[in-house]
Amino acid sequence: MHKEKKQREPLFHIAKRPALPWYKSWGIRAIAILAALIFAGLVAMALTGENPLQIYVTMFKGNFSSERRLWMLLQSIAMLLCVSLAVTPAFKMRFWNIGAEGQVLVGGLATAACMIMFGNKMPNWLLIIVMIVCSMLAGAIWALIPAIFKAKFNTNETLFTLMMNYVGIQLVSYFVILWENPKGSGHIGIINQSTQAGWLPTIGSQKYMLNIIIVLAITVFMYIYLKYSKHGYELAVVGESENTARYIGVNVNKVIIRTMLLSGALCGVAGLLLVGGTDHTIATTTAGGRGFTAIMVSWLAKFNPIYMIATSFLLAFFERGASEISTIFNLDQSFSDIISGIILFFIIGSEFFINYEIKFTKRQKEVK
Amino acid sequence: MKSMKKIVAIVLAALLVVAVFAGCSKKDNSGETTKAAEQTSTIPADFKVGFIFLHDENSTYDLNFINGAKEACKELGIADENVIMKTGIEESNACYEAAMDLVDQGCKFIFADSFGHEDYMIQAAKEATEVQFFHATGTKAHTEKLANYHNAFASIYEGRYLAGIAAGMKLNELKDAGKLKGSTPKMGYVGAFTYAEVISGYTSFYLGAKSVCPDVTMDVTFTGSWYDETAEKEAATKLIETNKCDLISQHADSMGAPTACENAGVPNISYNGSTISACPNTFIVSSRINWAPYMKLAIENVANGKNADTGYDWTGTLETGSVLLTEVNEKAAAKGTQEAIDAAKAELAAGTRHVFDVANFTVTVTADKNVNAKVDDKGMLTSYMADVDSDAKFTGDTEAVKDGYFHESEFRSAPYFDIQIDGINLLDTKF
Repeated sequence: MHKEKKQREPLFHIAKRPALPWYKSWGIRAIAILAALIFAGLVAMALTGENPLQIYVTMFKGNFSSERRLWMLLQSIAMLLCVSLAVTPAFKMRFWNIGAEGQVLVGGLATAACMIMFGNKMPNWLLIIVMIVCSMLAGAIWALIPAIFKAKFNTNETLFTLMMNYVGIQLVSYFVILWENPKGSGHIGIINQSTQAGWLPTIGSQKYMLNIIIVLAITVFMYIYLKYSKHGYELAVVGESENTARYIGVNVNKVIIRTMLLSGALCGVAGLLLVGGTDHTIATTTAGGRGFTAIMVSWLAKFNPIYMIATSFLLAFFERGASEISTIFNLDQSFSDIISGIILFFIIGSEFFINYEIKFTKRQKEVK
Repeated sequence: MKSMKKIVAIVLAALLVVAVFAGCSKKDNSGETTKAAEQTSTIPADFKVGFIFLHDENSTYDLNFINGAKEACKELGIADENVIMKTGIEESNACYEAAMDLVDQGCKFIFADSFGHEDYMIQAAKEATEVQFFHATGTKAHTEKLANYHNAFASIYEGRYLAGIAAGMKLNELKDAGKLKGSTPKMGYVGAFTYAEVISGYTSFYLGAKSVCPDVTMDVTFTGSWYDETAEKEAATKLIETNKCDLISQHADSMGAPTACENAGVPNISYNGSTISACPNTFIVSSRINWAPYMKLAIENVANGKNADTGYDWTGTLETGSVLLTEVNEKAAAKGTQEAIDAAKAELAAGTRHVFDVANFTVTVTADKNVNAKVDDKGMLTSYMADVDSDAKFTGDTEAVKDGYFHESEFRSAPYFDIQIDGINLLDTKF
């Protein structure tokens, strides 16, 4: 008896899988999304008492039922994708830049500053060029500071970039109070509403078209940069092994700083598009958590810019859909957070099953 | 299922229209019957209304609007499926998107509840000229002069003043019982920003207390946020413990300050609605704006095409039922509070008493404080140029002191009283 107990094996154990063929790994992801939808539907049904089909229909309608909603979805995807693309080169280098939120904010802040200080004082085309330069510079500087510390003193970039977010948020708070209108309201309001100075031009009648085109261009650029350029190769090597990189003659510090400059500058572009192209104001909520969601988008897409279109679509779709459900069924905002949480949980969970397999102990054989 | 509902709705609407016309043609002479028929048909069955709220019902501020909207829609008989409420809409392009989405869904009445929504509502109003837009607490409708954009507020300073009377009476009671923390009664106030709406609110509250308790002083602190439960709780605790305040009131939207008061056993005058369930021992009374009368009026005017009657700017009063006080909590309040409030309310309504009567307070003018004010040698306010028409430089444009009192919420609905009067001590003004 005693002996038998000792020999008893656990019910299952977990082992790392060899790389799965693409159709299997995407199959697992598809199953996870389906499971997430079913589970989210069940939760929604429990809370609303509606038929789950109705809930999916609502989710779908929230994204596609009108032309404007479709554009809004595309805009959400574009902005999330823009930040995700920005953090990707750093991630590929294994530099955990979780400071995108702050980099986007300071980029937006620089844009707003240009609009407020130079609006109507220079021709609009010049103002927009100044805004582009300043926003990219601001984002780049915000990313450069932790990069230098990492390169020179090997500081922990995760904590450093995270804390830079809070500095950025406080900086925005300070300027909001400085520029607020009316006094004491804590709001800037729409900047240059009457003159539209510094507003990025609209293409045709579509407000979001320019943002979408710019982000598409960045996607293509990033794909080529990572896959075919020397820079892209170098940062991938640094990510795999710094020592290997050194051995083959790559200047690791230079690559870290260069990559973070790019990452920050692109975050600055996201800030530019949000402030100059969409909101025309700045607030601490302008980045809206995209800096953090972007980490997920980038990871789930395995740092591949083209896959990122799909992952950012997925997250934007669910977010808008969940928000529509809470409006239609009179649930409060926490409901959309719950739904987003469920979906993320499943999607992230699926990565586990792609990288590991569960091996059940085959008992019957032992008995024999 | 849904198409079935739609068909039924259309048939019912058609029937209603037929009924109205039948009523009109048959009994044209008898005014009463026509009137009755009109009343049931003021709001068409397919009339859709949309609401935009900054937070959801967990914020006392938004809850107050949500309740108002529900009440108004219920009284007007608007079916639930024709009421669309969007919660958690930020003060950014998200507000414009939400408003235009409501337009796409066929709403003819769109209402937003937060100050920062204003610019985006104006943007939407300029684009969707066939839809009427309404914005609470905003300041720009009377200068923008758009036919489909309206502001509204209420003379809540009168409600604050009445609540202040309850505070003053409580302080008198504490004083008589020898339970004051210091030698003179002192109140504490947690504000959000140094915004005119907040300044007008705490000053009227203070003047209400002072009207029954002449030696009262007040410390005010600001949190820099309309909704920050932790900051509001900490601010109230600081006022109670460090600044030795005997009573607390607040103008911010979370349960932070009331909870801190309940924990410390310090009386609290609340805002936006009763907090008695969470604070049974310390809640005295709360003033609030009832938005239902305005929403009802505005929706009816939209349905009947009489939007000019709503006006660019509308101020609710005690008389319109827009300024309300909750029931007094007998357990915490001083004896006779309700009677004192009722008496003062009658005088306010009759115009024999004014909240900002210049005889009741003094003002100190220095180089950087109260620059728009003029006072006589006793410190009594004689003139104040208020910034009624918002502009970037905050220039005073309208004389607000006339007939011996400051005319608040008369030149526009949103408050513009932003004078720092004597007796109120601002602990910080960084926000």
